[in-house]
Amino acid sequence: MELASSPLPAPSPSVGKPPAAPEAKPAAPALAGWLKQRGFGDWFYALALVAGACVAYFRYGAAMDGYDTAILVLHVPLLAALGWAWRPFRLFLATVAALALAGIWLYQGDLARAEQVFFLKYLLSSQTAIAWMSACFFIATGAYCLGLAARAGFAERTGSALTWAAAIMGAVGLSVRWYESYLLGPDIGHIPISNLYEVFVLFSLVTALLYLFYEGRYGTRRLGAFVLLAISVAVAFLLWYAFTRGAYQIQPLVPALQSYWMKIHVPANFVGYGGFALAAMAGLAWLLSARGTLAERLPAPEVLEDVMYKAIAIGFAFFTIATILGALWAAEAWGSYWSWDPKETWALIVWLNYAAWLHIRLANGAGGRLKNCQRRIAALESQFAPSPREEHSNDDERTAEIRTRLAELTAQESVLKRRGHKEKAMLAWWALAGLLVTTFAFLGVNLFLSGLHSYGSL
Amino acid sequence: MQRASARASTLEALIELLSSMRFAISLLTVLAIASVIGTVVQQNEPANAYLNQFGQFWDPVFARMDLYAVYGAVWFLAILAFLVLSTTLCIVRQSVPIVREIRGFRERAREASLRLFAHQASLAPTLPPQARRDAVTAYLAGAGFRFRVDEREDGALIAARQGAAGRIGYFLAHGAIVLICVGGLLDGNLPLAWQMKLGGKAPASGDQPVAHIPASARLDRSNWSYRGNIYIPEGGDTDFAVLNVDDGVLLQPLPFKVALKRFRIDHYPSGMPRRYASDLVLTDSDSSQSFERTLEVNKPIEYRGVTLFQSGFDDGGSLLRLTMRDFVPGGARPPHPLEVEVGSRLSLQKFGYDYTLEATGFRPINVENFAPPAPAGGSLFDHFLGSGARTQIDENLRNLGPVYTFKLRDAAGQAREFSNYMLPLELSGHKYLFSGVRASQMEAFNYLRIPLDDNDSADTWFAIRQIFFDPARHAALAARFTARVFEPGGEDTLRERLKAAAEHTLTLFTHGGLDAISDFVESKAFDEHTTSEEERQRAGAAFLQILQGMVWDAWMSVREAAGQDALEPGDEHAPFIRDTLIAMVDGFRYDAPFYLQLTNYEHRQATILQATRSPGKPLVYLGSLLLALGVFAMLYIRERRLFVLLKCDEALIAMSSNRKAIDVEETFAHHCDGLAIALGAVAPRN
Repeated sequence: MELASSPLPAPSPSVGKPPAAPEAKPAAPALAGWLKQRGFGDWFYALALVAGACVAYFRYGAAMDGYDTAILVLHVPLLAALGWAWRPFRLFLATVAALALAGIWLYQGDLARAEQVFFLKYLLSSQTAIAWMSACFFIATGAYCLGLAARAGFAERTGSALTWAAAIMGAVGLSVRWYESYLLGPDIGHIPISNLYEVFVLFSLVTALLYLFYEGRYGTRRLGAFVLLAISVAVAFLLWYAFTRGAYQIQPLVPALQSYWMKIHVPANFVGYGGFALAAMAGLAWLLSARGTLAERLPAPEVLEDVMYKAIAIGFAFFTIATILGALWAAEAWGSYWSWDPKETWALIVWLNYAAWLHIRLANGAGGRLKNCQRRIAALESQFAPSPREEHSNDDERTAEIRTRLAELTAQESVLKRRGHKEKAMLAWWALAGLLVTTFAFLGVNLFLSGLHSYGSL
Repeated sequence: MQRASARASTLEALIELLSSMRFAISLLTVLAIASVIGTVVQQNEPANAYLNQFGQFWDPVFARMDLYAVYGAVWFLAILAFLVLSTTLCIVRQSVPIVREIRGFRERAREASLRLFAHQASLAPTLPPQARRDAVTAYLAGAGFRFRVDEREDGALIAARQGAAGRIGYFLAHGAIVLICVGGLLDGNLPLAWQMKLGGKAPASGDQPVAHIPASARLDRSNWSYRGNIYIPEGGDTDFAVLNVDDGVLLQPLPFKVALKRFRIDHYPSGMPRRYASDLVLTDSDSSQSFERTLEVNKPIEYRGVTLFQSGFDDGGSLLRLTMRDFVPGGARPPHPLEVEVGSRLSLQKFGYDYTLEATGFRPINVENFAPPAPAGGSLFDHFLGSGARTQIDENLRNLGPVYTFKLRDAAGQAREFSNYMLPLELSGHKYLFSGVRASQMEAFNYLRIPLDDNDSADTWFAIRQIFFDPARHAALAARFTARVFEPGGEDTLRERLKAAAEHTLTLFTHGGLDAISDFVESKAFDEHTTSEEERQRAGAAFLQILQGMVWDAWMSVREAAGQDALEPGDEHAPFIRDTLIAMVDGFRYDAPFYLQLTNYEHRQATILQATRSPGKPLVYLGSLLLALGVFAMLYIRERRLFVLLKCDEALIAMSSNRKAIDVEETFAHHCDGLAIALGAVAPRN
C-alpha cells in the first residue's frame, strides 16, 4: 500500500540531533475556525432550517415517535452542513420546500383536486412534477450535447439550469407524492422510495445533484452531456415502466417494508448508485479523451480522473453504509443479517468491485513516480543554462555524469508515462464495467433472479 | 543453517505475496466472481430439481463442485479464509510503518528533499527573523495543524501535519473485514457441519411424526448457532425448531416453549395484506415462567439468546365440511357430508371409492386483480399528469372467497390436485362453481365451471347430468324430446328415426362427449349417407341441436320431479343450456368420480416462525461500525504535511498529501497565501 506520494526524506546526518522539540497542539480546533468563517447568509440559512424544523415539530410533534423526532432534528445539521459546503444547494432546498408546500396547500386534503386545480394538474401534483423532471432532463441532455458539439457556452449554461430545474421538479414530485400517499389513507401513507418507479426518480435526482456539485466544484460543464445521457436512459426506463405497467400508482406497503430502516437504507444506496454512475461516465469521457475523440473539448484528464475518484469514493462510502443498514434491517425482518439472497450477494459483488477499484488506484504507483521523475529531471536541467540534452566537448566529468543521469531519467520517464497511462485506462474501464455490475445489482437481480427482494420486481 | 535461512526467506516471500496489494485485488475479484454462482444457480433446492435442470451429465459434476450450496462450500470458505489471512498479514505488516507515520513529524527532512516536493514554494519574508517562527506556528495552529520545530544551523524547520486519523481508518476498515468474516463464520453452517461430522448427528426424514425422530437427528440444547423454522397451529405449542439439512431435518430444542394463541392478518382496504402478527405465549423451560408477546414482521422477539421472527403462515388444520356429489350415474345417492382437516388424509373406502383424500391447503380470502395490467384507454397525458394516487385499480380487486386444495390419490399412488372455490363466481351475469384440476404441479389448473340454477344451487346441473349419463334413462329422455319437437300427426317412421337418432346421440355423448359425435360424423358409418363437407357441418349442427334440446327436456323433467313449474322456452335460457353442456363436456377431463363441494369451515391458522441463535452477531455489528468509520476516515480525512523551512532570507514551504487529488493543489495555494500574509511576504504565483 502506498503511504505517501512524496519521497520519504532520509534522516540527515549533517544535522546534529537537538533534543526533541516539544510537540505543539493546534490552538483552536478546526471546527471552530470553520464556524468562524461562516457569513451572514450561512447563519440565516441555518436559522431558516431550525425554524422549519421547529414549525414541523410544534405542528406535527404529537404524531411523531422517537425516530421521527430524531430524524427531524438530525436533518438540521445535515442540511446546514450541506448548504454551507455547497452554496447553490440552499436555493435548491428553498425552491423545493416552497413548491412542495404550495402543492400540499393546493391539495387541501382532497386528492380529486389534482384534476381540478390548474397548478396542481399542470405543475405540482406528483405525476406532473415528475413529468416535468423527465422533460427537463431530456432537454438538458440535448443542451449539454449541443454545448459540447458546438462549443457553445450558452447551451451548456442552459443545460446546467435545466438540470437544476429537473432536480427541483423531481424532489418536488417525490415530496408531493409522499403527501398524496397519506391522502389515500393514514395507514397507507409512506415515504416514496418503496418501489422501482419511485427509486428511479430518486436515482435520477441524486445523480443529477452529485453531478451538479462537481460541475460547480471543477467549474466545467463539459461532463454534463455524459452524465445527463446516463440519467436520460434511467428516465426513459422510468417512463416506459410507468406507461406500460401503470407503475406510478401509489401502493400500500407490504409488511416486510414497514420499517424505519427503509428510510435510510434506500437513500444511502442511491447515493452509492448515483456516485457509481457518475464515475462511470467520467471514465467513459476519460477513455474517449485518451483516444483523441473530443479530446480538446472534454475536461482535462486530471479533472476526469479526479471526478472519477471522488464519485467512487462517495459512492463507495455510502454504499458501504447502505449495505450495513441493509444487513441490520435483514436481521430484523428475515432473521439473519446475511442470507446470501441474490440481492445481498450482488450488493457484496458491487462492493467488492469498487473495493478492488480503490485498491488498484492505490497500487498504481506509476503516476506518482512519474511526477517524481519529472521533478528530478527539472532539477537536473536547471543546472544547465542553454541546452542540457546536447553534448558539448567542454563538459567536465561532473557534467557528463549529470548528463548520463538525465538520459536515464528521461528513458524512465517515457516508460512511466506509458505505464501510468495504462493504469489510468484500466481504472476508467473498470469504473465503466462497474456501472454494468451496479446496474445488474440494481435492476438485473429483480428482473432475472428471484429472492427475498421480490417487492422490487418489475 | 543455510536450509533454515532458505526456508525463512521462502516464508518471507510467501508472507510478502499474501499481504501484497495485488494478491488482495485478486482475492476481491475472485470472491466477487465466485459469489455470482450462487445467485445464478438456485441454492439448496431438492436434489431432484437439480437433476431435472442440469441433466444426468452435469448434475453430478455441479454437485461435486458444491455449486448447490456454494456459500458453505469448502473452496468458497477457503477464499474467505485467504481474505482474512491476507488482510491480517497486511495489518500486521503495515502497523509499524503506519504508527510511525501517525506519530512522526519528519522534522529531520533535508532541504534538498523538500525542494523536490511536488508542492513547494519559496517566500521572501519581510517580517523580522525573530518574529517569523511565532507567526508561522500561530498560522499553523489556527489552520488545525500539529507541529514540531527542528532547530538547524541555518534556521529552523517547522514540520506540521493534520489528518492522521485517516491512517487509523486503515486499521478500522481492514480490522473490520477480519471481524465480520470471523463473526459470519461463527454464525454460518460450519458449527452444524462440525456436529454432523464429529458429533454423529444426521438428518432424519421429515415425513414422520416428531416422536419417531431418532436422537441422532436431535441437536443439543446448548448448540450455540442455528437457524430453524417453527410451525405452530393456533392453540398448539412447540419447544423445538426444525433445521432443513440435505433433504432431511434436524430438530433443535429451544430453551422455552412457544404457544400460538392467534395468528392475525390485517388488510388494507384494497385487500392487500398490511400486517402479519402472531400472539404468542412463551414459557421458559427452566423457570416455567411465561409471558405473552405479539410477534410481527420487522419486530422480532429475543429471549434467552434466541431470536424469533415472523417468517410466514400456513393453514393450521382448518376443519373443512364437504359435500360429496357423485358423478357416477345410476347410483342416485343423495349428496353425503364428510369432514376433513387440512393437512390430514382421509380414506374414501367407506364411501365406496378406492381413493385417499389429502387436504393440502385452505385460504378463506382470495383477492385477485381483475384489471388488465395496463390501464386501457385514456390519453398519454393521463399517465403523466395528476396525482400518483388514483383508485381505479382498487375497484378491480375482488375477493373470490374461500378456496381449498386437495389431492386425490388412487390405489396405484397416482395423485391429482384439485382447487375448489366455495362461493360461486359471477361471469358476465351468470354464476358458476369453479373447480380446478391438474395432474402435476408444473401445470396450470383446468377449471370445471358448473352453472348454477335460479336458486344459486348446483343441484339442477347434477340432476341433469345424472339423467344424461344414465343409459337406463336414455330412452325416456329421447322419447320426451321427440314428443316435444315432433308435431303430433307426423309420420311415425320419421318420429322413430328421430327418437333413435336422439338415443344414439346420447350414447355417443356419454361415451366420449362432443369428440365422439364429431368422430362419428367424420367416420365411414356416416359417410354412406353424406358426401360433402357442407353436409357434415350441417349434420354436426343438428347433433348439437338435439343435445341442447335434450338438455332442456332433462332440465324440465328435473323441475317436474322437484315440484317446480315448467318454464316457457326462450332465449333467456340458452346460456344455462350452453353452460350445462360445456360443463358436462369438461367433466370428461375432470378425473374424479365425485365433486367435493365446500359447504362450511372452521378456520384454523398456523404461524411459521424462524428461530435463530447467532453468537457472531455482536462481532459482525462491531465490524460493520468500524468498517463504516474506517471507510469514511480513509476516504475523507485528508492527511496533510506542511513543512516551513525558515532561513535567514527565505521561507521554503513544502506540502505532501496521501491523496493524489486535485484539491491538494488548492489547499497548498491556500496555505501559501496564508503563510505569506503571516510572514509579510508576497504570495508566490506559479
